[in-house]
Amino acid sequence: MNPPDIAPAIAPATPLATPLAIALEEVQYAWPGQPPVLSISRLQISAGERVFLRGPSGSGKSTLLGLVGGVLLPAGGTVQLFGERIDRMSASARDHFRADHLGFIFQWFNLVPYLSVLDNVLLPTLFSALRKQRAGANPTSEAKRLLAALGLAGEDLLQRPVTALSIGQQQRVAAARALLGRPRLIIADEPTSALDHDARSAFLELLLREAAAAEATLLFVSHDTALAPLFSRTLTLSELNRVTVPAEGLGA
Amino acid sequence: MTPLFNLAAKSLWNRRSTAALTAFAIAVSVALLLGVQQVRTEARESFANTISGTDLVVGARSSPLNLLLYAVFRVGDATANVSWDTYQKVAHHRDVAWTIPLSLGDSHRGFRVLGTSANYFEHYRYGHRQPLRFTAGKAFADGKSVVVGAAVARELGYHVGDAIVIAHGVGEVSFAQHDHHPLRLVGILAPTGTPVDRTVHVSLEALDEVHRTPAEEAAAAAGLPMDATPPAITAFLVGMKERSTLFVMQQALNTYRGEAVTAVIPGVALTQLWQLVGVADTALLIVAAFVLVAGLLGMLTALLTSLNERRREMAILRSVGARPGQVFGLLVSEAAFLALLGATAGLALLEGLLALLRPWLEAKYGLVLALGWPAPLEWAMLGGVVVAGGIIGLIPAWRAYRLSLADGLTVRV
Repeated sequence: MNPPDIAPAIAPATPLATPLAIALEEVQYAWPGQPPVLSISRLQISAGERVFLRGPSGSGKSTLLGLVGGVLLPAGGTVQLFGERIDRMSASARDHFRADHLGFIFQWFNLVPYLSVLDNVLLPTLFSALRKQRAGANPTSEAKRLLAALGLAGEDLLQRPVTALSIGQQQRVAAARALLGRPRLIIADEPTSALDHDARSAFLELLLREAAAAEATLLFVSHDTALAPLFSRTLTLSELNRVTVPAEGLGA
Repeated sequence: MTPLFNLAAKSLWNRRSTAALTAFAIAVSVALLLGVQQVRTEARESFANTISGTDLVVGARSSPLNLLLYAVFRVGDATANVSWDTYQKVAHHRDVAWTIPLSLGDSHRGFRVLGTSANYFEHYRYGHRQPLRFTAGKAFADGKSVVVGAAVARELGYHVGDAIVIAHGVGEVSFAQHDHHPLRLVGILAPTGTPVDRTVHVSLEALDEVHRTPAEEAAAAAGLPMDATPPAITAFLVGMKERSTLFVMQQALNTYRGEAVTAVIPGVALTQLWQLVGVADTALLIVAAFVLVAGLLGMLTALLTSLNERRREMAILRSVGARPGQVFGLLVSEAAFLALLGATAGLALLEGLLALLRPWLEAKYGLVLALGWPAPLEWAMLGGVVVAGGIIGLIPAWRAYRLSLADGLTVRV
């Protein structure tokens, strides 16, 4: 029932013609009945890159992530992920693609409150056979390995309700979930803005290390330019976006 | 899909106190609905079995319903009597197994007095051909004895051995008390859930004695021979030797030239009567159905209220690849599961209550409610509750579907 997956099960530096993880061309987006909020002539991110995207509130950040994540469709232009035109896929195929290849970490409230730490990390395996397969013979032990690598170990903690965790711990659980089953692209949307300074550095270090270990492309969105030096490239959304958005934009 | 069912179950478990209350509200309404349905079925059955084993009820020419009302339910009065002669002819007919004479018209402290013979205690059947049983004492053997129904004994506080005075007429207060003929209570019948419970039984001879004129009284006192044959009775019950001769006998009685009488088959007439009084229990069922609707609406409210808090959860599920259709399925299965839980708990609640109340209901009202697996119609009702729950779940599910499409990965509240 999965759409034909032409990518190899494990994706090293791809031998195909397109080594691009993300490729946007002449992309336009407008919320229904409103003026355009996003217009990007070209955005290219290579596979394996670790990109810092500076995107203050109102710069069209949510819209861009919605387009890359496959929950929004552009009014014009093309959106390609790993050489596939996701803007031409059916809604269900885009959901499958997202389940198979993308991992998300949000600013806060990343976790499903009624699931344990372990069940939250294992969530992608419910929706993607590919991620389940890539998580190894025993996804549970892979989830524990990731949690331990991110500094969360101990049976007690794994069974604890996620609401009992500190914000820093919650963000690390979210990172483990995003990494489980080695998706090819990890999108982190201000994952550190709810953390204090020390926790921020520690979290980022772990995220970068594990993303590299999983050979994933990382798109890290933040307004905190102090973090930019840790990445291989920095993009500024307000420079990419040709639409001048007022300070209190609609798509926060 | 099993993973989704797991999610739905865990989500419900997380909100277990609200979910339990919602399911409990459904359970109570389901128990009410099933209870009403069971009482309805049982009431209809016990009504249809107010009298059983009797092949014909015979009285003076009147409508079958009227005859049934006064002869079986002791409601209203006969317009005319049946002669002793006619009764004797039927009683001695070769196809007739037994007859029970019934003589009505008197009362005792608000309860109807029935003059009859010993045959009554031997051949009268009710329910599933159950005979009359005694909780105390025995049947009357002479003209000075009384047997009362269970309700009479309970309400008047009577015991075997008490002296009883019969009044002429049927009012609560009678001016013509036959207090010079006190009778002795010799037996109390077990509850039957039929009008027998509210009847005071005496022999035809006792009734006749009560009704003597002062002149006859004087003659009796002087020891002169009396004609002990009652002049007439109100009605009588007939049991045939062979059921095949029933219709012939009914036809013969209804066209009898000697006297204008009506003979009815009680089962047929009881069904007709139920169609008149059965409207009330349909109304009861409708009320119970509305209570169930209220219970399901409570679930709808609970699910819709929780939806706003859960928009974030929906966005997380979308980000890990859940399709909007799966979010929809999650909500529908939660609703259906709650309804299933409610239906099951409702059934258990009803069975538990029945197990507790059964002896009391049977003793007090003669209602024999069956325990155990529901009847096919009740299964259909339970299934209907679960399906209705699922259908009601479509409303929050549709809302969640729309929200998750609009929200995408970020909740814009």
